[in-house]
Amino acid sequence: MRKHISHSDSHEVVISISKLYKSFEENHVLRGIDLELCKGENLVVLGRSGTGKSVLIKIIVGLLKPDSGTVKVFDKEVDKLNKKELMELRLKVGFLFQHSALYDSMTIRENLEFPLVRNKRHISGKEIDDSVKEVLEAVGLSDTINQLPSELSGGQQKRIGLARTLIMKPEIIFYDEPTAGLDPLTSSEINDLINEVQEKYKTSSIIITHDLTCAKDTGDRIFMMENGKFIRQGDFEEVFDTSDERIRGFFDYNFIQ
Amino acid sequence: MDTTSPQPAKYLVSKNVDEFFAGISDVAKFILQFFKEAFRPPFEYQEVIKQCYNVGYKSLSLITLTAFITGIVFTKHSRPALADFGATSWLPSLIGIAIMKALAPLITGLICAGKVGSQMGAELGSMRVTEQIDAMEVSAVNPFKFLVVTRVLASTFMVPLLVMYSGFIGLFGSFLNVHANEQTSLVTFIHGAFVKISFSEIVSSLVRALIFGFTIGIIGCYKGYTTTQGTEGVGRAANASVVIIMFLLFIEEIIIVQFLNWINPGA
Repeated sequence: MRKHISHSDSHEVVISISKLYKSFEENHVLRGIDLELCKGENLVVLGRSGTGKSVLIKIIVGLLKPDSGTVKVFDKEVDKLNKKELMELRLKVGFLFQHSALYDSMTIRENLEFPLVRNKRHISGKEIDDSVKEVLEAVGLSDTINQLPSELSGGQQKRIGLARTLIMKPEIIFYDEPTAGLDPLTSSEINDLINEVQEKYKTSSIIITHDLTCAKDTGDRIFMMENGKFIRQGDFEEVFDTSDERIRGFFDYNFIQ
Repeated sequence: MDTTSPQPAKYLVSKNVDEFFAGISDVAKFILQFFKEAFRPPFEYQEVIKQCYNVGYKSLSLITLTAFITGIVFTKHSRPALADFGATSWLPSLIGIAIMKALAPLITGLICAGKVGSQMGAELGSMRVTEQIDAMEVSAVNPFKFLVVTRVLASTFMVPLLVMYSGFIGLFGSFLNVHANEQTSLVTFIHGAFVKISFSEIVSSLVRALIFGFTIGIIGCYKGYTTTQGTEGVGRAANASVVIIMFLLFIEEIIIVQFLNWINPGA
C-alpha cells in the first residue's frame, strides 16, 4: 500500500467555512461547522454514515443551501453568488459522487465530452479527443472509451467519474465516499489514484469517507465528525491518539472489520 | 418530565389543501423556468432532435396499431345506426369528423401520456435519485436546459405530427372497412371524409395537439425532475406523470372544445 506523502506546504486558503448550520425539518444535520482547506491539501472528513458529511460538501458546491453560516470558495461566498457566478465557480471544482453518477445513457467518451463541449463551446474535435485520451490514461482505463457505464465494475465507474471531473482541470476536487462498496484491493487503488491526482494536477481536495484506510492513505489532515460537529482534527495519529470513546470505538470497529 | 405538548402543525387550510396549492405553484414556476430557458442560448439542437426521435419515431408502431384498429372498430359500430336510415353513404363524413376532430388528438394524447409521459417521469426521476442531475449541475452544465427544455420541445413538436399521422391511419382503417362493405373507392372516401371538415378545424385540432404535447412534456419532466425518496419515488413519479397528464388532457379537451364552440358556433 502506498504511503501518502503530504504535498501541502501552502497556507493559501481556498475554502473557508464558518459557523455552518443545516437542518432538514426537525433533523439538525450540521451544527456549527468551521473548516479551512489550504491550497494543495487533501483534507479528510471522517465519520459514521448519517453524520452530515455529504451534506457539507453539497453545501460547499451550492447544491444545498445552508440555514446559517458562511461558505467561501476562492474568497467568494457561495450562498450569495448569482447563477452565472456559481457556474463560473463550478468550473474550478470537481465532484466525484458516491455512486459515480455517470450518465448511463451515454458511452464513456460521451460522458467525458459532456462537460467539456458545453463549457468550452469553441473547442476543436482534436482538443476534445486529446483531453479524453489524457484523462482516461490518467485513470488507467483507455480501453473503455466506447463502453457504457453499466458494462464497467464499481471501481472502474469510480475511475471514470474521476476522469470526468479531471477533464475540466479543476483546482478543488470533492470526493464523496470514494471507496464505498469497493473491495480492499480496489479501494487501495482508488486511494493511490487520489494521491496521484493531487500530485499530477496540484489539486486541493476534501475527501468524505468512513473508511479509515482511505483517511490514513490520502489525508493530510483529518476532521472527525460526529452528530454534525467536528469533535477532533489533526493528522491521523493525532486524531486517534485519544481516549475519547466515540473516536476509539470508530477506530476499533473499522480495524476489526 | 417533559411537560411541553407537541405543537400542532400550522396550515392555512389543511395539510392536503396546502400541499395541493403548493404543488400548483411549483408547476407554475417550473413552466415559467421552461419559457425562460427555452429562448436563451446556448440551444441544445442535437438533444432536441434525439428527443424528437424518442417521442415521435419510437411511438409510431403503437400509434399505428391503435389508430388503425380505432378506425375499423368505429366504422363497424357506426354502420348499423346509419343503415337504419339508409344513410351508409354518410359513413366517410361521420368517420372523418369523428377521427380528425375528436378521436385522433385525444387517443394520440392518451397514448403519449402513457408512453412518453411515463418514460420522461421515470428517466428523469432515475437521473435525480442517482445524482446524475446533480453531476450535471456541479460540472457547470444547466441540467434544466439539457434535460427538460429539450424533452418538452420534442413532445410539443412531435405530438401534433403524431396526431395527423394517427388521423390518416385511422381513416385508412376505416376506408378498408367501408371499401369491403360498400365498395367505395379511395377518392370518394377521402372526398366524403373531408367534405365536412374545414381547414380551420384541422388547424384547431393541431393547436389542441400542440397543447397536449406541451402538457405531456412539462408534467412528465416536472414529476421526474422533482423526484425524491429513491427508487420508490421513481415509480411514483412515472405513475403520477401518467395519471396527472391524462386528467389534464380531458380537462383541456373540454375547455378547448367549449372555447372553439364559443368563437365559432357553427363548427
